[in-house]
Amino acid sequence: MAPGLDPGSRAFPFTFREDKSMSDSYENDGKAHEQYITEVLAQYPEKFAKRRKKHLSVAKAVEAEPDAPVGEEGPLLTECDVKSNIKSIPGVMTIRGCAYAGSKGVVWGPVKDMVHISHGPVGCGQYSWSQRRNYYVGTTGIDAFGTMQITSDFQEKDIVFGGDKKLDKVIDEIEEMFPLNGGISVQSECPIGLIGDDIEAVSRRKGKEIGKTIVPVRCEGFRGVSQSLGHHIANDAIRDWVLDKSAEAEWEAGPYDVNIVGDYNIGGDAWASRRLLEEMGLRICGNWSGDATLAEMERAPKAKLNLIHCYRSMNYICRHMEEKYGVPWMEYNFFGPSQIAASLRKIAKHFGPEIEAKAEEVIAKYKPLVDGILEKYTPRLAGKKVMLYVGGLRPRHVMTAYEDLGMEIAGTGYEFAHNDDYQRTGHYAKPGTLIYDDVTGYELEKFVEKIRPDLVGSGIKEKYPVQKMGIPFRQMHSWDYSGPYHGYDGFAIFARDMDLAINNPVWDLFDAPWTDGGELLAAAE
Amino acid sequence: MPQSAEKILDHGPLFREPEYQEMFARKKACDGAASVDATALQSEYTKGWEYREKNFAREALVINPAKACQPLGAVFAAAGFEKTMSFVHGSQGCAAYFRSHLSRHFKEPCTAVSSSMTEDAAVFGGLNNMIDGLANCYSLYQPKMITVSTTCMAEVIGDDLFGFIGNAKAKGSVPEDFDVPFAHTPSFVGSHIDGYDNAIKGILEHFWKDNAAAAGSSDTINIVPGFDGFCVGNNRELARILGLIGVSYTFIGDAADQFDTPSDGEYRMYDGGTTIDELKAAKGAKATIALQQWNSRKTLEYAESVGQQTASFHYPLGIRATDDLLIKVSALSGKAIPEALRLERGRLVDAMADSQAHLHGKRYAIFGDPDFVQAMARFTLETGGEPVHCLSTNGGKEWAKDMQALFDSSPFGKACKAHAHKDLWHLRSLLFTEPVDFLIGNSYGKYLERDTGTPLIRLTFPIFDRHHHHRFPVIGYQGGLRVLTAILDKLFDKLDAETSIAGDTDISFDLTR
Repeated sequence: MAPGLDPGSRAFPFTFREDKSMSDSYENDGKAHEQYITEVLAQYPEKFAKRRKKHLSVAKAVEAEPDAPVGEEGPLLTECDVKSNIKSIPGVMTIRGCAYAGSKGVVWGPVKDMVHISHGPVGCGQYSWSQRRNYYVGTTGIDAFGTMQITSDFQEKDIVFGGDKKLDKVIDEIEEMFPLNGGISVQSECPIGLIGDDIEAVSRRKGKEIGKTIVPVRCEGFRGVSQSLGHHIANDAIRDWVLDKSAEAEWEAGPYDVNIVGDYNIGGDAWASRRLLEEMGLRICGNWSGDATLAEMERAPKAKLNLIHCYRSMNYICRHMEEKYGVPWMEYNFFGPSQIAASLRKIAKHFGPEIEAKAEEVIAKYKPLVDGILEKYTPRLAGKKVMLYVGGLRPRHVMTAYEDLGMEIAGTGYEFAHNDDYQRTGHYAKPGTLIYDDVTGYELEKFVEKIRPDLVGSGIKEKYPVQKMGIPFRQMHSWDYSGPYHGYDGFAIFARDMDLAINNPVWDLFDAPWTDGGELLAAAE
Repeated sequence: MPQSAEKILDHGPLFREPEYQEMFARKKACDGAASVDATALQSEYTKGWEYREKNFAREALVINPAKACQPLGAVFAAAGFEKTMSFVHGSQGCAAYFRSHLSRHFKEPCTAVSSSMTEDAAVFGGLNNMIDGLANCYSLYQPKMITVSTTCMAEVIGDDLFGFIGNAKAKGSVPEDFDVPFAHTPSFVGSHIDGYDNAIKGILEHFWKDNAAAAGSSDTINIVPGFDGFCVGNNRELARILGLIGVSYTFIGDAADQFDTPSDGEYRMYDGGTTIDELKAAKGAKATIALQQWNSRKTLEYAESVGQQTASFHYPLGIRATDDLLIKVSALSGKAIPEALRLERGRLVDAMADSQAHLHGKRYAIFGDPDFVQAMARFTLETGGEPVHCLSTNGGKEWAKDMQALFDSSPFGKACKAHAHKDLWHLRSLLFTEPVDFLIGNSYGKYLERDTGTPLIRLTFPIFDRHHHHRFPVIGYQGGLRVLTAILDKLFDKLDAETSIAGDTDISFDLTR
């Protein structure tokens, strides 16, 4: 905790100030954090210590020129640049996944009326089955296929002789079993690209034959260095195999049509967001890709604006739609009230005074809810230190949601961010914040052990080691089976969840009373 | 406004609020998906015999399989040995998936490193990844042993583990005498139970091949538990039973402590497990027994090839399967089965007799790994139940034959059938066309419970949506008691739910059942 910020003595403004989160003034102990970096690097063989060093850093304060113009992202607070988006070092226990996870798991999997074939051996589809919690409305197995594991279950003979014939048959059988599917995607697993299958030819031919969209996706797990290339490949597949049909899409364009892009509706996030946008007078053309249908994606270029939440996974398609269809795009952040209000205003500004007035109404309408949440939870959470390690967006996007509750971010890092993400992080991170890119199991364990934050937000693989240390934890990929965390409705759940994690009595039970010898001695006397 | 600070609604009730329901309706009106009528029609159609026939005619498409891939089994196997790090050679996403999958079931940490092969390794092979990977793993995680398995990427390009590990040692990645057993575990052959088998065999071969100990030189019995999501409860229960008999034994891999570390402020990356010394000594054992035959075929073959006696079981639980295990252990060790176990047996029989009226004639569908399905079928038959649909995606023809022999051995087996290499979408058709009272399996069965209304009893890996079941044993007589109770709890809960409407169905809402 920064000096002078004793939560017990701090007076909190329970009336929420939209312009300013409450923890604006803290600073982390950058010197100590630099020391921790030196200590973890000492454990590596020299060659790899050098490589890992480039991925670890401490956020440095940036002296803003007083009159410098403030960009869309707000003022730059720190410089957080580290090397990113390069190969993980073998043997270090990277937390990253693969391109298949980025395409099937993230971008394509949530498109609910399509059948997504995990094309290759059984495992990839099995481990990713129903684990991302992309909520949808539909009758599973009939008109929606989200929580299913559909695979071509490659056997040795498919590897030896190729899998194209099998894919052909799989598509026929999908039509037989699931005639109401809106289309099919072929999500390549590692062997596909190695054995020289031509899934594009099969997809094209079968697509014509059954009269539906079939999208081949070259997201083999060995491509690229993380999930990130899988996002990019999935975006390209949308560009090449879906948007080419947008001219025929049935959709009468309206003046306030927007797409929500990069919201996967985890625990219902996209719904909690959609409601706010509708309330301010916008019409949602499509949501990419949580709870999406293929038809909603096809008509996307007819919208007036693309609103992108997960910049990392879907900026590619936004840039494409801007270039080809002239649809502008805008980043927004629906985590926590300060960012929600800023985002609503930013979005409204694009549409003019009428929508701007409505946005103000929305902000005012939810102000009592926000005030109530802050009044209830801030005294229980203020001053608590948080470490984050998530994917490509949340390590910066959720920071202000914590700060809205008076909490402080001690360290943050991304599994698969690129350079532009770390630049954007500078608009959020406070000086002294520990920054770690593609952190290894070893590093994260040591950093957590040394900083001993009050809460760690990361994934399932990190959850139990951290909890064993007696430190509260929330999964920040799946919302730990809770959510939504987006929007005002989601913020209430977010605040409640952080409180229940940190303030549960179990953390006080770790030490057996006799282990320090005191009680035993007392009993002996 | 649905949400309030006083009463914060979770996603379930939140999205049932009118604001959300109206929004869903607006979205549905223009989402381009199938109409409500078409959906209702197709939904009904999937419940019939015609759809079932089409469903069973599938040759290529697999829908909701109940199996995973080989390296998952290898990672699980590695967790059974002291201070052992699992090294997955191939794409890194696989290691992330295995770790997540096991963590979600055990609610415990699960470690494994990857050699993080990418496109260049696909072209040139993964030798450098192996060299660097072993060096880093050794420095960072200080294991006593590193066990190597492969992902399908490494298998397709034909990486040679034996040669690569030798090369890495020559380059100084790990000391020459450091133990790096390995197994090729192609995902496109068999399933996780074969990966387990290959990994265990690889580890035994590593420690036994240049080992002078003669099989039978010690009185010890080796126990190969198999891939078991209930290893935490089961291994400890088996150790207790063997302790009661007084037999000397060595688990060939015991993940009970690794997947059940205490919360006391210290994160133990490694805990418990069979030691290297125990593994070496295990060569001299007089016998190796496998608790799950279909998980251990290659391992047993290998144990036999070094001169050990072998025996195998199908996840022994309930009365007769436990009897078989005890009799065999007694015969192998020359030790009598103690009275205490006879009393335990009697207590389980007593419990079954107390509840027999409720269990007699109940119909079950059972799915999972082949040994588990065999075990549950045998136990339900002992209670007078009928395991009508027994399905195993990774069970083969031989398994189906064994199952048929089991059905033929009991008058309650007449209407029963084993379905090898079938998936949970097949089972959906079976449940609609030939309904049963209960479904026994894992968490994936919840979609079948939702669609067909068949109550699900979760008794096998993976269980993601219920907590801590795996901490209690299901094998042996004690385990049988727990399985019995789980079935009865579900049965009575269902009976109460069906008779709980006041003034309507509650005529039969009995206090004593």
